[in-house]
Amino acid sequence: MPDSPAASPTVTQPLLRAQALFCERDDRVLFSGLDFELNAGDLMQVQGSNGSGKTTLLRILCGLNASYEGELFWRGVPIDEDREAFLASLLYLGHRVGVNKILTARENLRWSCALHSPVSDADIDAALRRVGLAGYADVTCRNMSAGQQQRVSLARLLLSPATLWVLDEPFTTLDVHGVKTLEGLLAEHVEAGGAVLVTTHHALTVPCTLRRLSLDKRGVVAA
Amino acid sequence: MTDLTGPQVSTFTAFRATLRRDLLIALKRRNDLLNPLMFFLIVVSLFPLGVSSDPQELTRIAAGTVWVSALLASMLSLDNLYRADYEDGSLEQLLLSPQPLYFLVLAKNIAHWLVSGLPVVLLAPLLAYMLYLPADAYWTLMLTLLLGTPVLSLFGSIGVALTVGLGSRGLILAVIVLPLTVPVLIIGAKAVADVSLGLALGMHYSLLGALLALSLSLAPLASAAALKISVN
Repeated sequence: MPDSPAASPTVTQPLLRAQALFCERDDRVLFSGLDFELNAGDLMQVQGSNGSGKTTLLRILCGLNASYEGELFWRGVPIDEDREAFLASLLYLGHRVGVNKILTARENLRWSCALHSPVSDADIDAALRRVGLAGYADVTCRNMSAGQQQRVSLARLLLSPATLWVLDEPFTTLDVHGVKTLEGLLAEHVEAGGAVLVTTHHALTVPCTLRRLSLDKRGVVAA
Repeated sequence: MTDLTGPQVSTFTAFRATLRRDLLIALKRRNDLLNPLMFFLIVVSLFPLGVSSDPQELTRIAAGTVWVSALLASMLSLDNLYRADYEDGSLEQLLLSPQPLYFLVLAKNIAHWLVSGLPVVLLAPLLAYMLYLPADAYWTLMLTLLLGTPVLSLFGSIGVALTVGLGSRGLILAVIVLPLTVPVLIIGAKAVADVSLGLALGMHYSLLGALLALSLSLAPLASAAALKISVN
């Protein structure tokens, strides 16, 4: 069931735990023996040079990529055993933003939220206002800039009850204000007990602690 | 899980939202909506020009012509099923829904049928008239198409799901889908031909019904599994 970010995790299990992750692509080892934990209130930035496997790692964690070895646990339970519970707490925004260009912002959000839990039109309007798209609810997404389309997908962060946010390069097309807004959203989410895993080449400036997972150095490095 | 927003309710909500979204997209892309139908119309109307305009000759080939054209029209529209969603990332969102994928894929398949299959069923009598199909075979034609075209959408969906990640697909979709859908064509066309000859029918309906039940229960599962492989 979708749990609110404020809900405390059972006992002291980390929200997400990866154990001995190994992934190989085209005979090249992307990472091996990768261990890390993500706790409630963690904001973790995945770092690495181009092609180091950041996107692959995020897709593996979400279950979109099955070609890996190792174990993944959600609240102490192997993810494969209770995928539904994991998916209900997960919000993934990929490289491709998941915004259909023929539909309006509202129609897009209505659908992508209904896949988890439906939202009201008023909530959609409020979320779009927050991400700087006030008045764009009924504009066809084809007529929006890439940055605006990205903002439509970011509105989902405000509409979703998910605990874990997995964001793949969410800053790429955003302008200065957009970057500020998103950084604010990330900080608010971890403040409320959620967890964020994000890849970006952008230098994050957030008021909370930022943990870093470096794929070049194979492991978690201190902030 | 006992409250009103329990899993069944939200599964239905997600199902309805997906169905609505796909129908909305189809309505906004009129070309995609009309193309299969125009194709169906054109192919069927070429037969009297190319084969013969003799009513007796046309009566003989009417059933097969309409059915073959319906199959091709359905194949033509299949690509719309997942391609755009794959390219813009919506497919990933679909796969990451906590709701059972069976119902979400089924919703997309139903939307595809409503847009590409149902118009063909409704247009069929007009084309049958053009091909001098005996009047008593009209209902059989419509009924077999009504039972058969959903099977085309459901089985076709498996093929599209398997190939959506490939760069250049070419004929591979046809190679995957046709073996699954040809039985529908054979039974459907035979039923219409038989009724024109005044033969008894029961078995054809049973077979088409069985194929529909089979594809309704299993094809969305296969499509869902294929989609997971395609985004991998």
